[in-house]
Amino acid sequence: MSKYLLNKFLFTIDRDPDLVERYRTDPVETVRWWEAEEANRILNCILEERSTWLAFDDVERKALSEHDYVKLFELGTHPFLTLTLFIAMFERDHEPLGFQKEYALRLNHFQMPYPDIAT
Amino acid sequence: MATVCAVIASTHHPFYYRASTATGADRPPFADEWVSKVEKFRETLTKARPDVLVMVGSDHFHQLWLDNMPQFLIGKAPFYDANWYNEEREFGMPKMTLHGHEDLSAHLLRKGLDSGFDLAFSNELRIDHSITCPIITLRPEADLPIVPIYTNIFAPPLPQPKRFIQLGQTIREIIDSWPENLRVAVIGTGHLSLELGGPRQFGDHGPDPEFDRRAVDWISTGDFDGCLSQVTLDSLHLPGNATHGFMDFMLMMGVAGENAKADYVDTFDLFHTMEAYFTWYPEGSLS
Repeated sequence: MSKYLLNKFLFTIDRDPDLVERYRTDPVETVRWWEAEEANRILNCILEERSTWLAFDDVERKALSEHDYVKLFELGTHPFLTLTLFIAMFERDHEPLGFQKEYALRLNHFQMPYPDIAT
Repeated sequence: MATVCAVIASTHHPFYYRASTATGADRPPFADEWVSKVEKFRETLTKARPDVLVMVGSDHFHQLWLDNMPQFLIGKAPFYDANWYNEEREFGMPKMTLHGHEDLSAHLLRKGLDSGFDLAFSNELRIDHSITCPIITLRPEADLPIVPIYTNIFAPPLPQPKRFIQLGQTIREIIDSWPENLRVAVIGTGHLSLELGGPRQFGDHGPDPEFDRRAVDWISTGDFDGCLSQVTLDSLHLPGNATHGFMDFMLMMGVAGENAKADYVDTFDLFHTMEAYFTWYPEGSLS
């Protein structure tokens, strides 16, 4: 399991307006493409010097492919990254603050301590 | 020698810019009172007549990332571009460019390293809303050179709370020893209780008003012992999952000094978080 790689996906999608829209409209294909082409890119290095070992497990791939932010929270992804990206994708479909409040409600079964986010 | 003319600690609320500039039906009902409080707070910096601003904040996964994460970092650059696409998207934050003060950056880095803080540095740093929010609220002219200091309150493992107070004390000593006849204001922003991306987010007020009350008391009285006796890396999860940002307030308590009573204290209860504003005048009250 790699909280780091889940976070890396959220981070690299969130900072690119085209990828935000691509992930919103076609999450399965975006996750497949990203894992194949981008997961091992070291962000401050040329592509030829990419890593060799980063991959999602089935649970992680499914959570991302289904926009399942409740599962992502359970898996320990960084809550700020998840929230920011999901607001970018879905706030527009709700009344003001409606998405944020629904998001909180769907996480309401989590008790303290929350899943560990340390990477 | 340099003079620390003001020490300012504040929450940073990225919605302020949009709320304060909105008009008509788009203007939220709380905007006028918020603007009024911020303008009074701004006056506490203006009357200190600063020449340079040392700005303490925390990158929100913009330039600093998990493949290379510093705990404490000082910018040393002639300019700092500011704000990011996702801050423009979510908060309507404007793009900005601020001047840097490289001599003070170099002094803080050298003396900080010699004082037991192994500080990271950056010669090309794009700063985010943790630093531009207080520019917008406190110095909207954005006309003074800055030294940005970033802390990691965001990506565990984090430094212990006492290190934030100690770094604040060290920053104060280093600025006091800077052999330039300039007036330096130190401005830092953090959070009281806050939840983002969790079940307690975006409630009618901050997730833990009792924590907020105690925090305002610790800050406004410079109560290091009371704060350190109740705040640990584990305990900060309880008031809200983003409450580790309170440690930047602890850093500013260190800058102001132990038992230093704030000369100006104000708070504002907003939905989902409490705003809090503090100013100390180390030279004595300027009123």
